[in-house]
Amino acid sequence: MISKEQTGQPPTLASPPETSEHSHITLIKPSQGWVSLQFRELWEYRELLFFLTWRDIKVRYKQTVLGAAWAIIQPFFTMIVFSLFFGRLAQVPSDGIPYPIFSYTALVPWTFFANGLNQASNSLVNSANLVKKVYFPRLVVPFAAVISGVVDFVLAFIVLIVMMLFYGIVPTANIIWLPYFLLLALCTSLGVALWLSAMNVQFRDVRYTVPFIVQFWLFATPIAYPSSLLSEPWRTLYAINPMVGVVEGFRWALLGTDTAPGPMIIVSSAVALVLLVSGMYYFRRMEKTFADVV
Amino acid sequence: MSKPVIQVENLGKQFHIGGTQQQYETLRDKVSSALAAPFRRAGKLLKGQATGAAELDEIIWALKNVSFNVNQGEVVGIIGRNGAGKSTLLKILSRITEPTTGEALILGRVGSLLEVGTGFHHELTGRENVFLNGAILGMKRTEINRKFDEIVAFSEVEKFIDTPVKHYSSGMQMRLAFAVAAHLEPEILIVDEVLAVGDARFQRKCLNKMQSVGQEGRTVLFVSHNMPAVTRLCERVILLDDGQILEDGPAHLAVSAYLNSGRGVSAERLWPNPKKAPGGPVSRLCAVRVISEAGQVVDSIDIRHPVGIEMEFETLEPDHILLPHFHFHNEDGTCLFGAHDLDPNWRMRPRPVGWYKCVVWLPGNLLAEGAIFVNAGVITMNPDIPQFYEREAVAFQVIDTMEPDSARGDWKKNMNGVVRPLFEWATDYLPNGNGTLKSSKKLKAHL
Repeated sequence: MISKEQTGQPPTLASPPETSEHSHITLIKPSQGWVSLQFRELWEYRELLFFLTWRDIKVRYKQTVLGAAWAIIQPFFTMIVFSLFFGRLAQVPSDGIPYPIFSYTALVPWTFFANGLNQASNSLVNSANLVKKVYFPRLVVPFAAVISGVVDFVLAFIVLIVMMLFYGIVPTANIIWLPYFLLLALCTSLGVALWLSAMNVQFRDVRYTVPFIVQFWLFATPIAYPSSLLSEPWRTLYAINPMVGVVEGFRWALLGTDTAPGPMIIVSSAVALVLLVSGMYYFRRMEKTFADVV
Repeated sequence: MSKPVIQVENLGKQFHIGGTQQQYETLRDKVSSALAAPFRRAGKLLKGQATGAAELDEIIWALKNVSFNVNQGEVVGIIGRNGAGKSTLLKILSRITEPTTGEALILGRVGSLLEVGTGFHHELTGRENVFLNGAILGMKRTEINRKFDEIVAFSEVEKFIDTPVKHYSSGMQMRLAFAVAAHLEPEILIVDEVLAVGDARFQRKCLNKMQSVGQEGRTVLFVSHNMPAVTRLCERVILLDDGQILEDGPAHLAVSAYLNSGRGVSAERLWPNPKKAPGGPVSRLCAVRVISEAGQVVDSIDIRHPVGIEMEFETLEPDHILLPHFHFHNEDGTCLFGAHDLDPNWRMRPRPVGWYKCVVWLPGNLLAEGAIFVNAGVITMNPDIPQFYEREAVAFQVIDTMEPDSARGDWKKNMNGVVRPLFEWATDYLPNGNGTLKSSKKLKAHL
């Protein structure tokens, strides 16, 4: 039993004298207000992140006939539909680039973003049994869901390379920026998904909202059309949607469109960062209720 | 050696019931209640209630004012009825959920095992699941690599380790899952009722493994309904009731306090208030009790003596055929057997309205030692409709007094099995040589 003297001074509990002997000291108490992001702990659980990502990748196309082909089918057929309706029938301009590759270049990062958002938003609820029975930084779950989409992205990207060869398009030197744009898509996807997945625990409405969000967002992003339809400064303002920066960045780096995306990318990056950080804080704040509510 | 590695002080956890406990809120509910809240609060203020109290609609404390210390190397059992707060306590100490009040300080790496096989994925192979599950439980990849062979050997599923887990039997899955968990090497191990799985032999293997964990100087917190396991593994037991500590002391004291406390399941249960009694339109339960041969209510019975289970019930509508019945469970939750009324006077005969008392007598030398829980019910027949079914209506202890005239004979150690009938044994003896061998030789001669 804790003696009376000790109970009188909680700080003795918080700072035990024998700290050196134990590598792990855990103080469990009710948290109040905004909590820290605890990157260090997240880092300690990097192997779990690895294994969950690996599991998502392994399991994703189990028991499907077409398997990993789905990663390609989705953007590829969307590209065909877009090319027919927007490219052919509606004669949407495409910055002087063949419409199919113009739209496909945008659809590859878009599909990565949309699938990541979808998977990650439902990830916490889908991992309810884990959340209720094991402790780990819950951030790992949506992180793993988004990161596992990178494999699909790579598959779809290979098709993009084939298409570039077909159309005889040589990428510009700006291609070195491509990983950055992928990271930007990842951060955006994760940022939004963190908000949605945490809300999804309490409000299952979110599950039904995500397809809507993705659908509207698709048309709010210059995938079927070029952002050059807008004049400055509206174009830069348009980049408040971070996916604008991602998509135009991809086109700039790979197809050499002269949409000079500098300011757009800065705006998009800033918004994505705000989404991500705020999402993480919101997620961490809601985290304590997950196990009780999910 | 004896310094506290777990210090729990005034720990409390409250849950809201009512509005917020509804499984999933929809956004609409939340928005409308948020809009209504200021008005509600204003209304309550006008009525002179404190604002603080206005928030406390329906609150239950799953845990309240719980304080205790656990020293390094101690193996502490936590027992109590369902809903006493055991799981909540473990969940707080494993950091799965946050306490509402108080704090706990834990020194050392904690491994918690609230469920066997958490995160197992059916599509992955046994090998892959070992790594995934290990990572979920907090093991490092190098650590899993090092122990992999040992884990697989322990699980006894070597042959199928590269087969997807969905093709495993449930027993195999459990064994593999427990094998991973058993090789977790934290300084503090927190275990919830996970030993109630698998066959008896594997359960024993796990118990032994846990025992050795305790002997290695690791601290273990262990929740179980399995009282023999608790007394065997733990030197100290904490008895929780209604979210508070009722007893904290040597295992046998706490366990007997639990078994004998009126708070747990007792040997006699009465439902004097017909409105609160379990029942349907035709029949209502009045009382269930455990009686000895002498007709007295007893909460423990000598393993060699018969024991009677008595049920009083009322019939409210005439012309129904009633079937009173009991189910007997042991402390692992295993159903030992069921028994229903075979009284020839009332068998398949419509019963008039009135009060009935039936009793079933279990002979001595039938049940194994330990706690027996009795579920009691009445079914009306054709069509078969349960009128009531009271789980754990009563309970009693079967005590083995170690007298040589029981099935135990002269064996003083642990005996297996969920029942312990007394059989007749006979032996043939031939003074010189082996009888069966001779007869087989004879057989050969005939051929």
